Amino acid sequence: MSDPLFEAMRQSIIDGAPDKAVELAQQALAQGLDPLQAVNLGFAVGITFAGEQFGCGEMFLPDLLASAEAMQAAIKTLEPEMLKRGSERKALGKIVLGTARGDIHDIGKNLVATILSAGGFQIFDLGTSVTPEQFVAKAKEVDADIVGVSALLTTTMAGQKAVIEALDRNGLRPRVKAIIGGAAVTSKWAAEIGADGYSRNAIDALELAKNLMGKVDSKDMNKRTALA
Amino acid sequence: MRPRIQLLSPDLIGRILREAFELLINPGVRVGSAAVELLRSAGVEVEVAAGVANNHGVARIPERLVQQCLASAPHDFYLYNRQGEKAVHYGGDDVHFDPGSCCVQMLDPETLEARPSETRDLVRIVQVTETLPQFAAQSTAVVCSDALLSNSLLYNDACNGKHAPGAIADLYRLLVVLQHSDKPVVTGSFSAAGLEGMIDLLAADSGSPDRLRQQPRAVFDVCPSPPLNWSEFGSHNLIDLARAGVPAEIVSMPLAGGTAPVTLAGSVTQHAAEVLAGITLHQLAAPGAPIVWGGAPAIFDMRTGGAPMGAVETAMLNMACAEVGKHLGLPTHGYLVATDSKLVDAQAGAESARSAMLGALAGINMISGAGMLESLARFSVEKLVIDAESIASAYRLARGIEIGSDKVPSETLATAMFAQIGLSGEFLKLKETRALFRQEQHLPSPVIDRSARGSEPASDVLTRARTRVDELVSKYRKPSLSEDVLRKFQAIVDREADRAAVEEAESGKNVGVAQATK
Repeated sequence: MSDPLFEAMRQSIIDGAPDKAVELAQQALAQGLDPLQAVNLGFAVGITFAGEQFGCGEMFLPDLLASAEAMQAAIKTLEPEMLKRGSERKALGKIVLGTARGDIHDIGKNLVATILSAGGFQIFDLGTSVTPEQFVAKAKEVDADIVGVSALLTTTMAGQKAVIEALDRNGLRPRVKAIIGGAAVTSKWAAEIGADGYSRNAIDALELAKNLMGKVDSKDMNKRTALA
Repeated sequence: MRPRIQLLSPDLIGRILREAFELLINPGVRVGSAAVELLRSAGVEVEVAAGVANNHGVARIPERLVQQCLASAPHDFYLYNRQGEKAVHYGGDDVHFDPGSCCVQMLDPETLEARPSETRDLVRIVQVTETLPQFAAQSTAVVCSDALLSNSLLYNDACNGKHAPGAIADLYRLLVVLQHSDKPVVTGSFSAAGLEGMIDLLAADSGSPDRLRQQPRAVFDVCPSPPLNWSEFGSHNLIDLARAGVPAEIVSMPLAGGTAPVTLAGSVTQHAAEVLAGITLHQLAAPGAPIVWGGAPAIFDMRTGGAPMGAVETAMLNMACAEVGKHLGLPTHGYLVATDSKLVDAQAGAESARSAMLGALAGINMISGAGMLESLARFSVEKLVIDAESIASAYRLARGIEIGSDKVPSETLATAMFAQIGLSGEFLKLKETRALFRQEQHLPSPVIDRSARGSEPASDVLTRARTRVDELVSKYRKPSLSEDVLRKFQAIVDREADRAAVEEAESGKNVGVAQATK
């Protein structure tokens, strides 16, 4: 339970080194360290730093993706022990993701899924070309907090509006928040179709999702452990 | 000597094609259900996983079949204008430009803010494009957010105020372009169902489906979805276009590092595999149908995840992809003359002019992208007229330094002229000067500032472009279409609007059913 260990954990995430992160996680378990502490004081510090570095243009998408993957590897190693101790890391919220109907471009959506997942959210990824009905059904099934719809094409942006309308029609909003993103999407479009949020990139999406969770009037909000 | 730039050695082109053929076997290509049947009947192994939506499959296309399809693909073809004249030659090293498509936003030249594009914007783009010889073809450049259905195409453009269903936005764009232009059109449909109405519209304009086949007025962009995926929509469009005999332009858009290998050579290889798969589908559907080796390849921006269309590497990808197509003897297309800038500024000028020159030197048959800002999201008519100047310069450069052509004498380079005037320096008086300066020098429009020193106050290029757009629009004359053609247009648009309205209503009903079952 030493500072150098936390520092190494942090560095393994910044370096995007899953093998190293797993090794350090195992070391922490062998030393009897509280896994939640390993996350909060070690690995999560790294992912936050990576996000900041990305934000100011010092790190790039491949770097960020590698960091997120290292983070996921570390969490996976620590999870069994967390479950045993009953100190499992509570998800910050449940997010249903997919690309708009007719749009099969999913690189942005996948990136958002990875970052949100590394950031502590539980992700239900519906994949590509998802109909409004599928979004509604999944949101009901998993009791989602947020629904995220991605559209790359100017021609499929209308599909984002259709999802928001379907959520409204089914009485899921305002409890369920709708967020949108994608190359063609602007904050103006988000406002026009009444989305609850929009972000330009995956890191901002994490901030956006955290902020939206702060607005959710959910009784169990206090049970949720904020990460980092 | 005509100047040319080549980026790939013959050896490298060979390697690119060898690996592209390997990719078509392993991992193979995803194809839509329309393609599955066609490929299987040609003996191609297609795996369709049980329970996969729309019966998509993974095809392993052998080189032998691809070579057979390459052999049936025409090496060149023409697009015709409304008068039935050859206007665009897809083939050889001929270079043409058309405005980019398809934006949903316009840059307002007064407020410098983006706003949704409307019918009046598309009309203005078409008017300017129609008057500029730099553009051999029109494009269906923007989606019209205000698309209103007219019951009175015959009587001017008055509308009855009924909104066109979103599902016919593609048809509506083509209608607006055909009503306002005689030039060939680069277009594309937004759905598998939308193509039929657009082909019908073109056939009505040409006089008959056969006439459209013989003298095609339009080429349709058809896009695979990188990596190595011919979706249901893309497969369908390729097959339907081939059978209608209307030219198809394959626009594959691998993003190096994002949806394709990060190396430029790797992305060119993936692009080749995607286009080869498309050509195979297309030629199996109708051997000999016109097809273009096209694309909009770009690098992948590692900060934003966007596609920087103004990057020099993006231009390099377009040039290299076209080189592979040329090696195979096919007509080519690329996406250049665009910028990532949001405004009509120095960056927009630098990026667009650079890629116009590179595209012309690469001998790409059709170069789309002029007028576009913000990667490919925003259109500016002012940028279009500035780009037209860059294109004119690019054409000049591509002609090279001419000696001994029919225009420029080759007996002597300079001595004969000196023999006439000695050391007096009176070149302006020489008949050669007067006879030749127009082809030796490209004379730009006033968009390009070459005014003498002291002509203050200096204006900026956007100001001059605004004036130029107004001048061109006032010069423009709308073509007169016969009442018969307009009546046919009306019937097609009404039919497609009804179809789309029914589809929209049915998808609404499905929502109702989904709710009821919960």
